[in-house]
Amino acid sequence: MLNIRIGGQAGQGINTIAKFLAKSLLRNGFYVFTSKDYMSRIRGGHNFSDVRLGSRPLGAAVEKVDILLALDETTWSIHQEFIQEDGLLLYDEDDFSPETGPGIKKGLPLKKKAEQFGDKRVAGVIALGLIHRALGIWPEVLQDLLAEKFKGSILEQNLEGLTWGHKMGEDYFSPDDGHAPDESMLISGNDALGMGAVAAGVQFYSAYPMTPATGVMNFLAGQAQKFNILVEQAEDEIAAINMALGAAYGGVRAMTGTSGGGFSLMVEGLGLAGMTETPLVIVNGQRPGPATGLPTRTEQGDLEFVIHASQGEFPRIVLAPRQQGEAFYQVVRAFNLADEYQVPVIVMSDQFLADSEQTIEELSLSADQFSRGKLIKDHRDQEPYLRYKITDDGISPRLIPGEEGQVVMADSDEHNQAGNIIEDAATRRQMMEKRMKRLEIIKENLEPPLYHGAEPEEAQFILVSWGSTYGPLEEARLNLEKEGFKLGHYSFQDLWPLPPGKWQEILNRVPWVLVENNYTGQLGSVLSTEGIKSPRALINKYDGRPFKIEELQQAIKREVNSHGQ
Amino acid sequence: MVSEKDFSNQEEITWCPGCGNYSIRMALQKTLAGMEFKPHQVAMVSGIGQAGKMPHYLRVNGFNGLHGRALPAGTALAAVRRDLQVIVESGDGDIYGEGGNHFLHALRRNPNLALFVHNNQVYGLTKGQASPTSDLGMKTTVQTKGVQLLPLNPLALAIAGGAGFVARSFSGNTEHLKEMMKKAIEYPGLSFLDILQPCVSFNRVNTFQWYRERVYEMGSEHDKGDREQALKKAEEWGDNIPLGIFYQEKRAVFAEDFPRLSREEIFDPRPRVNSWTEMLEKFK
Repeated sequence: MLNIRIGGQAGQGINTIAKFLAKSLLRNGFYVFTSKDYMSRIRGGHNFSDVRLGSRPLGAAVEKVDILLALDETTWSIHQEFIQEDGLLLYDEDDFSPETGPGIKKGLPLKKKAEQFGDKRVAGVIALGLIHRALGIWPEVLQDLLAEKFKGSILEQNLEGLTWGHKMGEDYFSPDDGHAPDESMLISGNDALGMGAVAAGVQFYSAYPMTPATGVMNFLAGQAQKFNILVEQAEDEIAAINMALGAAYGGVRAMTGTSGGGFSLMVEGLGLAGMTETPLVIVNGQRPGPATGLPTRTEQGDLEFVIHASQGEFPRIVLAPRQQGEAFYQVVRAFNLADEYQVPVIVMSDQFLADSEQTIEELSLSADQFSRGKLIKDHRDQEPYLRYKITDDGISPRLIPGEEGQVVMADSDEHNQAGNIIEDAATRRQMMEKRMKRLEIIKENLEPPLYHGAEPEEAQFILVSWGSTYGPLEEARLNLEKEGFKLGHYSFQDLWPLPPGKWQEILNRVPWVLVENNYTGQLGSVLSTEGIKSPRALINKYDGRPFKIEELQQAIKREVNSHGQ
Repeated sequence: MVSEKDFSNQEEITWCPGCGNYSIRMALQKTLAGMEFKPHQVAMVSGIGQAGKMPHYLRVNGFNGLHGRALPAGTALAAVRRDLQVIVESGDGDIYGEGGNHFLHALRRNPNLALFVHNNQVYGLTKGQASPTSDLGMKTTVQTKGVQLLPLNPLALAIAGGAGFVARSFSGNTEHLKEMMKKAIEYPGLSFLDILQPCVSFNRVNTFQWYRERVYEMGSEHDKGDREQALKKAEEWGDNIPLGIFYQEKRAVFAEDFPRLSREEIFDPRPRVNSWTEMLEKFK
């Protein structure tokens, strides 16, 4: 397993270089995981992308660097400490001359040569030629990729650059062959979330741009024509959620997406979805807060917020996909759950999940993953239709407005079965019970956390995580298992309402350690509402960066040692 | 034949006796019946306030949402359900105050809906505070020294903001109100109708009498295609208050190219397999 880091200033094409590299590795059969670290600026500063490759599925980023492509001196000074002893540093010899530090140093006149080929932007492709040679990979696949992207003289310049770069390199590494299936895909969390919506048949998406959720809107806007999706950039997040609710009332599947700040503005609308029992899927791509926080960084700081947001009480569902492939399936599921229980469903993402790309199996449309619950096209009854008809399970048939002879009334005030405003105590009680009883039914139908690792009875302790922390934590656990540690790992994806299971009994018996990308360990508080005792320790990180595998391994080892065997 | 009674329901109305909302409701029922609409073909979206209760007192599809947020909900509904006639109906506090930003952007977006704003220049539901259109100097329990903020001019704002249909009527002139409602509903795009209306409980300044003495219908001398003239007319307020269509022009309608969905397409929106396969290619 190797890690290639490409760093430089915003505007130097880091993303493009990383994208070509990742795609080429994917098509060469490697499992790939990419992650981005970028500043909230369009030009300058310091950004970097990691491209990890391996012969088995990868789900996390690492600190160590096997190949560093430093497009400026800052990149070298920041990242040189992570370069492996047998690593490789690639740089433009006209930018700086690194004399110290680990790894083999390879300087080339990247920009000068690129200008000779006709465009200084070819510098990145020259470097890609070198990297391919260093990995012992022939550049044919990359040639195809360039031909898919460029035409005419620009393609010629890039192909010349690639060939020259490849020739100037040497064979340094011999990675294991990749074994990813031919039909593998490389997909980011944001694209997977958007693709899930497409698969579920989303017909309306409204949002206000906010990092790191903007990618979902970009993706859906790109697919809007092909799949008849109305994608609208709203004037603010308040408009975004109210638009989505208006569309959902009309019967179509609707979704909105934002980050914590925008979610804060959406909160009254969230309550409106609860009160009117209108199905809605909301993606919350978390970033460090409060207020504007760190716009382009990652955190898992919104869990308790989204569980409790809004005045009053109503059922909602909170899901946190662990990885990119799951992000797709959980959005499909979110739409079904929203329709089945007529509640808002919040899908928790974060910058790490949203922007990282992972090699996954081809995503498929599956006929059995579609349910609209009690949505009806026809009322077929002599009696007038009642939107909030009292039923055994608290879920009323939801008629698509527009049937001759019937009207559909949805109301944000407390209302009677017809949807008309009331104030009497008896109806209020009846409607509260109708809405709230669904919470218990939902609970029984959600999925308990996944368990990996040593049997609980034999484990030194159990690691507990939620959402995107799964990737780095599970890889760290597997590495430690090879070193002889006995650890379990519970990872939560369905977070609210908490699904019952044997995990409750186990976590009250076996010592456990909470691992979260926030300050307070919010999942611990959420679990305590189910009577779960406190964790033995909290391993957390709140600097805006995702967990790296090495640091997790060290933290877990420290925890093991502090308690003896 | 559709009759105005088809749009009545049995709900107990909680407006004050003598409230202008009663005549607006009657005018709307008559307009819808006169235009041969059936209740299931109409969807009314409202916010919060006395006017926001309107969908409860009519037999049409209704979405009574949040304070100030009727326009976004109505915009999306009109776009995805082109088979429904969407009417957004709320008060001056709701549309011009709490929902001011949505008002501005709805004008730009131009969704196909009729926007009826009951403008009584005061907050009724919360008992008499100033609204964005309250006249300068009006004393209330909060504005104890009289209103100091300049009153908003919704018509001038709408014309300047790009609206394609801008009109005003008065709840006390049912015939005129019906005519304006009809023309607004017929207009393709956002048709904005500001309806002057007395609040018998909280507005002691702008009473029924006050309005009746001042309003007049603009005649054929007003060229509703002339934007400058329309803006000038919109500035007229005080002793003489013009009623009628101030401005009208044809504009591109929001999401006009979005397909008219059948009930079956709404119910089962799953994507076609060939489009799906084509999309996946980009990720391999």
